[in-house]
Amino acid sequence: MEVLKIATAGSVDDGKSTLIGRILYDTKSLTTDKLEAIEKTSKQRGYDYLDFSLATDGLVAEREQGITIDVAHIYFSTKKKSYIIADTPGHVEYTRNMVTGASTSQASIILIDARKGVIEQTNRHFFINNLLRIKDVVVAINKMDLVDYSEDVYNKIKADFSELMSKRDYQDQKITFIPVSALKGDNVVNKSDVMPWYKGEALLEHLEQLDKADIFNVGTPRFPVQYVIRPKTEEFHDYRGYAGKVYGGDLSVGDDIIVLPSKTRSKIKDIYFYDEKYETASRRSSVTITLENDINVSRGDMIVKENDLPTIDKQFTANVCWMDSDELNPGGKYIVQHGINKVLAKVDRINHKINPDYSGFEKDVTGLGINDIASVTFKLNKPIFYDQFKNHRTNGSFILIDPRSNNTVGAGFIQ
Amino acid sequence: MKKDTSHINSLENEAIYIMREVAAQFEKPVLLFSGGKDSITLVRLAVKAFYPAKVPFPLMHIDTGHNFPETIEFRDRLVKELGLELIVRNVQDSIDQGKVKEESGRYASRNMLQTTTLLDALEEFKFDAAIGGARRDEEKARAKERIFSVRDDFGQWDEKNQRPELFDMLNGEIDLGQNVRVFPISNWTELDVWSYIERENIEIPSIYFAHKRKVFLRDGMIWSAEDGVVYRDEDEEVIEEMVRFRTVGDMSCTAAVLSDAVSISKVVEEIRDSTISERGARIDDKRSEAAMEKRKQQGYF
Repeated sequence: MEVLKIATAGSVDDGKSTLIGRILYDTKSLTTDKLEAIEKTSKQRGYDYLDFSLATDGLVAEREQGITIDVAHIYFSTKKKSYIIADTPGHVEYTRNMVTGASTSQASIILIDARKGVIEQTNRHFFINNLLRIKDVVVAINKMDLVDYSEDVYNKIKADFSELMSKRDYQDQKITFIPVSALKGDNVVNKSDVMPWYKGEALLEHLEQLDKADIFNVGTPRFPVQYVIRPKTEEFHDYRGYAGKVYGGDLSVGDDIIVLPSKTRSKIKDIYFYDEKYETASRRSSVTITLENDINVSRGDMIVKENDLPTIDKQFTANVCWMDSDELNPGGKYIVQHGINKVLAKVDRINHKINPDYSGFEKDVTGLGINDIASVTFKLNKPIFYDQFKNHRTNGSFILIDPRSNNTVGAGFIQ
Repeated sequence: MKKDTSHINSLENEAIYIMREVAAQFEKPVLLFSGGKDSITLVRLAVKAFYPAKVPFPLMHIDTGHNFPETIEFRDRLVKELGLELIVRNVQDSIDQGKVKEESGRYASRNMLQTTTLLDALEEFKFDAAIGGARRDEEKARAKERIFSVRDDFGQWDEKNQRPELFDMLNGEIDLGQNVRVFPISNWTELDVWSYIERENIEIPSIYFAHKRKVFLRDGMIWSAEDGVVYRDEDEEVIEEMVRFRTVGDMSCTAAVLSDAVSISKVVEEIRDSTISERGARIDDKRSEAAMEKRKQQGYF
């Protein structure tokens, strides 16, 4: 069974939650008790159809206002795949949640209201999806029932969106257009016969055949040491195991490695997963490694292959997505959490702000407000071991923590 | 047929990673153990995460006093076999101290009262992280939960102002007095948990399997008529049925389902074909549409 993580994006009232509810309903993933709850509430509110958004808008405030405020994770499966959908909010002020939802997804669905076409929010959503290098993007043109299932409307929106596509940075991103009606169920799970001019697949059919290749599996092996295991028992008297998750590539017994930052050389002696030994630790596996030599390794150190070093530096430039209501200013001090490694950082300069509607850059910026995206240069109090985000999603990304509030206030993608 | 378990492997790797982050980022973590299948799964993952060293944090059970006896017996055996430390704190003590008031009537339950006992225990031991077995697929308010979920001095969940969680970076920075609830199996579904229990051959309490039990019917649900915990009207007739429990919460809010699944493989099969959700048999969620969200705001886990 494969698992595919998908993020949704779209403006307010484009029908994201309704679309997900429709998928759940048509794949018979809604259990009887949940369906009864939706029927009951829809009736109470005097709707003449089932309000599927009630399936995912789980907070009181969301149901009161009829909007999605926070990311909800929805799980369902077909015979072929398990799906995790991050249902993300459409309001501009919740863009940070959209970035959050997209950060762990392999594919995304951008919804467009067929009556409104491509709007500023569409640009922003596409920009973020491209910035995060989501491999597959589906542009679902929704509410086709309200434009008489018109092929002309569909083509116009497709042409407008193609304008945006020519400006994108990550050109290999695959984009698929599908005309749907989430409310009526057209082209969502089942191919609809009301739009005979559309020759492509229904949304779920399309998702079913997507390659689930792990988005984190790009690049070379990086092993950040999470935890040092020292049992101090008779049986494992001299055991020193380095626990962590393997990112970007496989590690094998006998590999010549270097421990950063000390640059000490050694060889991988054993690879453990629980009580079993393995020859190879594959990507994304949480293993424990022992080394041939007794050297000093602690949390935050990184084990890499000898001939394959990341950049080791006390400064870097990154695209930052700012998520806090307090401004980011030059000279501001933050904690950079790069994987599991935390270092103190100072904002050296804001190079330029990027308009996420693809209208260009803004120079001479003095501060970043919530939801701003900008190129920022940081100076660190000690070196980190990084790769560029475009080469290594895990080792090229970080979060910013404000030491005053302890909150996560931003996300960054190293250039 | 060789089963493809790659999906379960990736969930397991993620959960082990989270366990290790808890041990590394916090001074005094604790694993909240209810004796249910989710917390038993957590124990298994914790053992795997730190092998061959011991699990570097204790287990804590908030005992409502209304547990199925099978669960308590199982709990004590598991702790002994794995050499783990167990702390038990009782809701009865909170009642005796006058901190909470026992509910009365047909739907009386100690489920809500647990929160006070839990918050007091976290403070008593100065735990800064509490690992729980909640899953996002369980309930719509839980679907909004983070993996590291910060609670204030009063144990409260500020659902509209949660920290964004990006990639797999977990921010465990907190102020003095705050604590973090950690949910390593957030992304697991009920079926995933059962598939894992089957694959790993993990022992679980017998009430999860179909057995003959004296029960009575109310509101279309099946309640245990044994042990005298669940309030029963005299005209509510006791019958004997083959049942099992899908969750093992407080007896007073956990209903049984009719079942003939006597083994794990039968249970997995049954869940795969089920049209009722796991929490459909939990009366605590049926109190109102926002029952879970309200409890979570108050510090329920």
